[in-house]
Amino acid sequence: MRRASPLSLWLINLVLIFVCAITLYPALWVVKLAFSEGQAISLSPSPLPDHFSFQHFIDLVGHVDSKGRWIFGRQLFSSLLVASTTTLIGLALAVSAAYALSRFRFPAREAGMQTLLITQMFPATLMLVPLYSLLQRLGLLNTRAGLVLVYATASLPFCVWMLKGYFDAMPKELEEAAMMDGASPLQVFWKVVLPLARPAIAVTGLFSFMTAWNEYILAATLLNDEALFTLPVALNRFVDEYKSEYGTFAAGALLVSIPVMALFYALQKHLVGGLTAGGVKG
Amino acid sequence: MNALLIALTFSAAQPLKVWHGYRGGEESALIEAAQRFTQETGTPVELLPVPYQTLASKLTSAIPHDAGPDVFIFAHERLRQFQRLGIVDRSTGRLEPRTYLPQSIDALTLDGETYGYPLAFKCVALYVNKKRVPKPPATTDELEALLPALSNPKERRFGLAYESGEPYYHAPILLGFGGALFDAQGRTTMNTPGMAKSLAWVLKLQERGFMPQEVSGALVLSLFNEGRAAMVVSGPWLAADIHKDIDYQVVPLPTVSETGLPLKPFLGVEAAFVSGRAEQPDIAHRFAKFLSLGAATQLRVEKGQQIPAELAAYETEAVKSNPLIAAFRAAAANAMPMPTTLEMARWWEPMKLTVRGVVQRTVTPEAAGAMGDRLYRALNRQSPPPTSPTPWLITLGVVLLGLFAYAFVDSRRGLPWRQRYPDTWRAVVYMAPAAIGIAVLVLIPFTVGISLSLFHYDAGTYTFVGWGNFIDILGSHDYSITEPLSFYFTLGVTILWTALNVALHVGIGLALAILLKEPLLKLRGVYRVLLIIPWAVPNYITALMWKGMFHRQFGAINGILELLGIEPVSWFTRFSTAFAANLATNTWLGFPFMMVVSLGALQSIPKDLYEAAEVDGASRWTQFRRITLPMLKPALLPSIILGTVWTFNMFNVIYLVSGGEPGGSTNILVTEAFRWAFERNEQYGFAAAYAVLIFVVLFIWSAFTKRLTTEKA
Repeated sequence: MRRASPLSLWLINLVLIFVCAITLYPALWVVKLAFSEGQAISLSPSPLPDHFSFQHFIDLVGHVDSKGRWIFGRQLFSSLLVASTTTLIGLALAVSAAYALSRFRFPAREAGMQTLLITQMFPATLMLVPLYSLLQRLGLLNTRAGLVLVYATASLPFCVWMLKGYFDAMPKELEEAAMMDGASPLQVFWKVVLPLARPAIAVTGLFSFMTAWNEYILAATLLNDEALFTLPVALNRFVDEYKSEYGTFAAGALLVSIPVMALFYALQKHLVGGLTAGGVKG
Repeated sequence: MNALLIALTFSAAQPLKVWHGYRGGEESALIEAAQRFTQETGTPVELLPVPYQTLASKLTSAIPHDAGPDVFIFAHERLRQFQRLGIVDRSTGRLEPRTYLPQSIDALTLDGETYGYPLAFKCVALYVNKKRVPKPPATTDELEALLPALSNPKERRFGLAYESGEPYYHAPILLGFGGALFDAQGRTTMNTPGMAKSLAWVLKLQERGFMPQEVSGALVLSLFNEGRAAMVVSGPWLAADIHKDIDYQVVPLPTVSETGLPLKPFLGVEAAFVSGRAEQPDIAHRFAKFLSLGAATQLRVEKGQQIPAELAAYETEAVKSNPLIAAFRAAAANAMPMPTTLEMARWWEPMKLTVRGVVQRTVTPEAAGAMGDRLYRALNRQSPPPTSPTPWLITLGVVLLGLFAYAFVDSRRGLPWRQRYPDTWRAVVYMAPAAIGIAVLVLIPFTVGISLSLFHYDAGTYTFVGWGNFIDILGSHDYSITEPLSFYFTLGVTILWTALNVALHVGIGLALAILLKEPLLKLRGVYRVLLIIPWAVPNYITALMWKGMFHRQFGAINGILELLGIEPVSWFTRFSTAFAANLATNTWLGFPFMMVVSLGALQSIPKDLYEAAEVDGASRWTQFRRITLPMLKPALLPSIILGTVWTFNMFNVIYLVSGGEPGGSTNILVTEAFRWAFERNEQYGFAAAYAVLIFVVLFIWSAFTKRLTTEKA
């Protein structure tokens, strides 16, 4: 590839710094609220705290319930467990379904893709009431398993579409070559297709994780035990009709964002370093 | 031996489940009271704190499914709805009415029966900063005389602040100026002289710069804490957050000089209700009553700063020595218990639109009442005529049979099945888990949701109305098609919203991804992580931040405009600017996702293609058009299609940033559907019809993109 001249490199840096500044300004307000004293929103336009304090974090993290359980720790665990199992189950279902949709010929294939898209079109809030009865009948109400299943199916359409698009763009020659060398279909899928699809799997994994990690309405409706609550449910108690504790809320929002940022940072090299052209020549 | 006995009774007793929305001091008081109850009776109590906004919907869905609590704590205003759904148990006969303030018993009485045990009440009063207002005003004339000296809008100082766009806060003024909520028949009435006078008074105070605009509860607190508002109207919940340096007192709201009537706030009564399906009703009643009396009241007063409903509490030292409680009891003497009638639930939304119309100056105080009445009729629809579901069921049966027959015939035609579909069994194995999950957890609720659209829902009962809801929506019955409430207007806004957002998301996301691909960029990793932040922070909090940034007087954006010498903008009083505010927020939220997708997709383009193009001497632009774009399409297209669907149904940004302002014009279809379901008296059938129409629009759109994708292949 052609190398960029130092001048254009400077320009790129300049543009990116500018965009980052715009991106960060509103986010800095969250930081400011989190590290300020009291629950009031500050009225000055500076994005730095007027009085620096860790109190909101201490209140939030140190929260202990009436039975003396360290509730923040349990909720953090609950969130992590729900989000990571959602990601694993969602990915497992999505990768296999997307591969079938991309490579196999079977009846109602197009209809299947369309059905997936259609499920995204009906506003979720109106499906809440029937979903509740359904989970109760399945005995999955007030369980993390029920929540994970709902999240995993909710994020499936995107994951399948994303992965199918990626598989479609992937040259078939590699798989055919592996078949020629005597690999079984399962081996081809596991040893050839999955490693090549790493960037797409990283994106969809990140997406599933975030769907489960940030979701609030379903979790608040389906769970009835404080120790099972995910963090967004716990956080939403701080803003209500009568009284809003924005400081604590912002501190919580920061804590909630950290794992996502960490995950993104960890996935970066897979996002970028995945597919090289080396394998497909001619 | 004794300890063992206690332990045995402990493990034998079923825990009592209690749900509440309390936090802070109120929560600690409840926890301690529950512990005392367990010591006295041996029954353990399991408390579940629930976010207050979801408590009501959680109760109404959980209790009928026997998944709910034995006791719950809630305000009395939804009592009628709870009673209709059978989720509250009567307390008649078990509760001694004379133990409590008469108003609180009135509030909990329906058709001669009482429900629940009153704990505390809430109403608003006037908080006065003593340093700036040594003598609190007793009348509106005194108030108006004080205000000019206390206000300076240029310096962002105001004499008075309260949530002027909220019906809950306008109600005292409406009632004080001789207005009423209902007419003699108990129907909502808006077009009254009292309404016009009360709104004119509020507008006068705002226009003279005595009061700020676009006031939220959080802003009221900030203004009072920073000494920028000399007086604020709020309830007992404000006291705990007032800064220590502020010397203040609480007094009842002043009397209106013109009418001689006091400004009359709503009184909300918090009560411990026993569930209509409690597993242990007797012990549940015992606990609810225990909470409302004696030692538990003391705890709630001392730790929770609650204004108790129990009369005996006012004889105790703790209450007598507490000026806040005395002040709110005095304020409550003028208050009106919030009616629990079904009509009350119909009052809020048209009232809110009317009050906001005036403070945003889209309607004059004189014309507001007539507009309110019209909105009331449009928002509280009559049921379409009921019809028989039989023809529908027959048609459905015929259609299903036809589909099966077609599938059967189709499979016999043409090439043998094996040749046409060689991979069917492998596909079944690969697809089954996902297909089953989607069928059960998505398609069933989806079908139920769709069938709801054929019903009219009113206070607990569903009536089959066939096409009725759709005819009302598409016929635009109660309003012309250029009004924000009309389906066509909202559809237009939604399409504009979706198109602009998706274009900006993809444009910005792709541009950044290409810049970030530059291999010589040293800080690549840092940029990538910083640019992902809008996606990583939960959007319900960043949307609130953006709303704050667009505030007329205190927002950062107007601050920047002023620095640049540009006149500040009232963002939420005009359609164009409110829409722009939503768009800016959602662009900020949405581009990182497209950037990440593009980053992934860019990697899927083999590098040797570019190398070959270099050899052929193609320019960067040609490379972008001839290699990057075509190669990106298959990986990017699914994200764009889904991104469109999501943006079309983007609820949070619209709801939290503009909230549909001004006058509901920036609502999109999904927020309209939500409002019909949850804010306009739970018209679930009508909301479902909206949802079906959303679905139909998107379905047509996807059929169009399907052609787009197949053409390419």
